[in-house]
Amino acid sequence: MTGDFPVLSAGPTQHTPLEEWDFQIVGEIAEPRRWTWQELQALPSEEITRDIHCVTKWTKLDTVWRGVSFDTLLDGAETSAEYAIQYSDGGYTTNLPLVDLLDGKGWLVFEYGGEPLAPEHGGPARVLVPHLYFWKSAKWARGVRLQVDDEPGFWEGYGYNNYGDPWREQRYQGD
Amino acid sequence: MAGAALPGRLSWRLADVLGIEPETANAKTLVLDVPEWPGHRAGQHVDIRLTAEDGYQAERSYSIASAPNGTALELTVERLDDGEVSPYLTDELRAGDQLELRGPVGGYFVWEPRQAEPVLLVAGGSGVVPLMAMIRARAAAGSDADMRLLFSSRSWDAVIYRDELDRLAGERLTVAHTLTRSQPAGWKGYARRVDSAMLQEVGPPAGHKPTAYICGPTPFVEAVAGALVALGYEEQRIKTERFGPTGG
Repeated sequence: MTGDFPVLSAGPTQHTPLEEWDFQIVGEIAEPRRWTWQELQALPSEEITRDIHCVTKWTKLDTVWRGVSFDTLLDGAETSAEYAIQYSDGGYTTNLPLVDLLDGKGWLVFEYGGEPLAPEHGGPARVLVPHLYFWKSAKWARGVRLQVDDEPGFWEGYGYNNYGDPWREQRYQGD
Repeated sequence: MAGAALPGRLSWRLADVLGIEPETANAKTLVLDVPEWPGHRAGQHVDIRLTAEDGYQAERSYSIASAPNGTALELTVERLDDGEVSPYLTDELRAGDQLELRGPVGGYFVWEPRQAEPVLLVAGGSGVVPLMAMIRARAAAGSDADMRLLFSSRSWDAVIYRDELDRLAGERLTVAHTLTRSQPAGWKGYARRVDSAMLQEVGPPAGHKPTAYICGPTPFVEAVAGALVALGYEEQRIKTERFGPTGG
């Protein structure tokens, strides 16, 4: 366990100005959705306190975030998708079953510990899916592409586990 | 950043320890024979698993130091005083012992001998290990690629692979050291943390479209990657690998 907050990323930290930032839900959805930064802030947000688990073997207890749940972002959406591909500034992607974002399991967060989310930890906004390994929570998130079929994301394509359950230690493919 | 083809299941293998070689006061190289090793690319790592008598297991990632062509697999491990795994590897492990490992892992932070573009390697401490695999792979392949290493260490005695780097350095492979805490008498190299001016002096010009590989502690990597972006390096050509006492 750790008191610091390590990061696992493949390239430089992204710095997208808020006036250029948006978040979209696209793909297999009857009407694609898009929020500007201000529109996101106007949505009902909640405080989330969870443990997070990194594949590089650290766990951080009781992290406190604020953000908008994917239940809210996808409220009333018509989709036959079963998978969601998160995508980010810098080109990062990660895939997961859509059900793992819903029912209070996934958020788009923009505060950590009561402060705006710092760029090195994924700000202005990142996905938070605390029940999976943390690489399944995209930093610098800009959208989610809904798909009928699954597709490996960035680390998944390099042999990391497709699902990433920390309780079953699903680090690599086949775990 | 397109994904690669999905590799097969990553299974555990039993490696034979051929030797343990000291590199510095805190770092040792484990020389391993891994039966049916599938081969690796420079920059990849392996996971090592230790199992205690009561069944408790600890798994950690270590970068591969050896070039892909070698007969033995070499890992250089820095001893972390509060580590669960590294003190066993550096203090207890002996030639003739066996070790559970799996890999290779990672396919993004790699350098291939067919890459012809200029390369800047920036290492903080034991972050040099995967970069050394690239330097060795370049030498083994007879590559003529312009490769430059900027290596930050605390002191001259803490420089891992110091003599080998000295031997390999030449016109197309340059090695620049910065010693951040103490310097030997008459030291003419850098004596400060890596900064933008140093990167500009050592690295290939941004206009030559270099690829940069940065490995070290998280704050080091953050600072270097940010400085390279500001110098005009393309973000997609800046590859980072971070580590810490609890990280990979």
